[in-house]
Amino acid sequence: MDRTEIESKLTDLLVDELGIERDAITSNAKFEEDLDVDSLGVVELLMALEDNFGVKIPDEEAEQITTVGEAVDLVEIKLNG
Amino acid sequence: MSRVALVTGGSRGIGRAIALRLAADGHQVAVNYAASAASAHDVVEAIVARGGTARAVQADVGDADAVASMFGEIEDHFGRVGILVNNAGITRDDLLLRMGVDAWDEVIETNLRSVYLCSRAAMRGMLRLKWGRIISMSSISGISGNPGQANYAASKAAIIGFSKSVAREVGSRNITVNVVAPGFIETDMTDKLGSEIAEEVAQRVALGRLGRPEEIAAAVGYLASDDAAYVTGQTLVVDGGLAL
Repeated sequence: MDRTEIESKLTDLLVDELGIERDAITSNAKFEEDLDVDSLGVVELLMALEDNFGVKIPDEEAEQITTVGEAVDLVEIKLNG
Repeated sequence: MSRVALVTGGSRGIGRAIALRLAADGHQVAVNYAASAASAHDVVEAIVARGGTARAVQADVGDADAVASMFGEIEDHFGRVGILVNNAGITRDDLLLRMGVDAWDEVIETNLRSVYLCSRAAMRGMLRLKWGRIISMSSISGISGNPGQANYAASKAAIIGFSKSVAREVGSRNITVNVVAPGFIETDMTDKLGSEIAEEVAQRVALGRLGRPEEIAAAVGYLASDDAAYVTGQTLVVDGGLAL
């Protein structure tokens, strides 16, 4: 899976699972500040990523994620090693 | 709707009554026990005999690894836990002056650490279900205090603060977190008191008698139901009017 596919799937998850406006989602968008996702919402998003991409994201790594781009990076690393 | 329920310390006393009640309400019940395997299997048999579904699951709920593997076992057999009843509890009564560190630590570990470990372990599944009920057993000792029970009362009062905090954390996700605080209920734990003290206690209860485990289970059944969907962060005192 390449980066564009990960981005597009992540965008769908943000729209479908967390009800975020599609237009607001950019690579630099910060979950809590820009997208109004609370800390529990970030946890939920990471769980959805795990389910959808079949990857395991340890809590220590999950805590580092603040932007959409960082979430894509993490999934990309987990998928492609 | 049928859910997967876990009752910690479900093999005896109040836990047993809760397991039977949740099964009667149509839920699949995991009956946790630490050491009383025979009693736990007894509860499972009683549930199955009445047409319900249950499974005994062994774990020391004060131990993080044991809790993790217990949740794995339950998910494999039944699916995600939607109803968690934190019931496991012990007493190691003594006057504070004589209370050793072991008596303190054991009670806090079994009664309080278990609530943290099991609630945390259940949370991911509940977030995915977008539905959850966490019901923890406090005690009238934790509200009014009781001589000889500084450790027990501390653990039971802490459960109330814990539950209020978690209720605020996850309320927006359709997960409720509540507490049931029993008064004096006829169980092995209160049998230790002796009949003289039991009679004395009954005189202080507005309803004039000790409670039955089923009467606590009924409160848990309510909080676990959809009827209690708008109740969270609460402590339901079921004590026959002992602490008024």
